[in-house]
Amino acid sequence: MAAAADGHGGGGGLDPLHQFEIYPILSINIGEYDVSFTNSSLWMVIAAVVSYLIISRGVGAGSLVPTRMQVVAETLYSTVANMVRDNVGDAGKKYFPFVFTLFMFVLFGNLLGMIPYSFTFTSHLAVTFAMAATIFVTITIIGIMRHGLHFFSLFFPAGAPLATAPILIPIEIISYLSRPVSLSVRLFANMMVGHTLLKVLGSFAVMMGAAGILPLGLLVGITALEFLVAALQAYVFTILTCIYLHDAIHLH
Amino acid sequence: MEAEAAKLIGAGLAAIGMIGAGIGVGNVWASYITALARNPASKAEIGANIWIGFAVTEAIALFALIVALIALFA
Repeated sequence: MAAAADGHGGGGGLDPLHQFEIYPILSINIGEYDVSFTNSSLWMVIAAVVSYLIISRGVGAGSLVPTRMQVVAETLYSTVANMVRDNVGDAGKKYFPFVFTLFMFVLFGNLLGMIPYSFTFTSHLAVTFAMAATIFVTITIIGIMRHGLHFFSLFFPAGAPLATAPILIPIEIISYLSRPVSLSVRLFANMMVGHTLLKVLGSFAVMMGAAGILPLGLLVGITALEFLVAALQAYVFTILTCIYLHDAIHLH
Repeated sequence: MEAEAAKLIGAGLAAIGMIGAGIGVGNVWASYITALARNPASKAEIGANIWIGFAVTEAIALFALIVALIALFA
C-alpha cells in the first residue's frame, strides 16, 4: 500500500495512517475473546508460506552449480549462520533454527509490506512486542537454566569496585528490562514511519498535479531506501537477538 | 492555552529529540570513514558493525517521532 500513490488518499484527503488499519476477514469469537482472522494474520500466513517456498525450492534442487533460487536460499542461510557463529559461538548452534525462523519471518514481513496495497504486520507494536517479549523470556530462561543463580552476576560487571554496586546494579537491571521495549519499538517505528513517509510524499505527488514530478522523483529514492531499511531492520533485529543470547550464555 | 494548540506545540517540542539522533548518525559515519582512511584493510570487520550502530542510533529519532505522533493523535 505504501508506494501506491495513485489517488488512494480517499477523496483527496491526506490520511497517511489509514494503511495500518486492521480489519477482520473472517470473524471468529471464542467466548468473549475476539480471535478473528484479520488482514494482519493473512499477511503473516503469506510471509510464512513465501519463506517456506523459497527455502524448500532452493534446497530441493541441491545441484553443484546452484540455480538462482538456490543462491537466494543459500545466501539467506549463510548470512544467519555466520551471524550466529560470530556473535554467539559454538554454543549457539542449537539456537540457530529459532534465530533463522525469526529472521525469515521479520524479513518477509518487511519486504512483502513494500508491495502496493499489501499490509505490513511488522508496523504494529502488538506484533513486534509479542516477538520481542518471547525472545526476552526465552533468553532469560536459557540463561537461568545454564547458570542457575550465577546468572544474576550479569547485573554486575566483573572487576568493577564493590562500592559502585548500589549504582551499577539498578542501571544494569533497567537496561536489561528495557531490551524488549527497544527491540520491538525500533522495528515497529522504522516500518511505520517509512510507510507513513511514502504515503505523505505520494499524496504530495498527486496534489501538485504536473509539478508532482518532483516529489515523485524523491518518492522513487525513498522507496529504494525503504527496501534497504526493510532488510536492515530484519538483520538488526536478529543480530541483537544473537547478542542477547551471547550475554545469557557467556555472561559478559 | 487551548488544548489543541498545546498538542501541536508538544509535538513540535518532541521532534527536537531528533537533533541528538542527527548528530549521532553523523558521528557513526564520520568515525567509519576515519577508521577506513586509517586502515583500509579493516573494511570487512567494521562493515557489519556499522549497520548495527547506525540502526541503534537512528532508532532514537524514531522514538522522538513516536512521542510526537502520540501527542498529536492519542
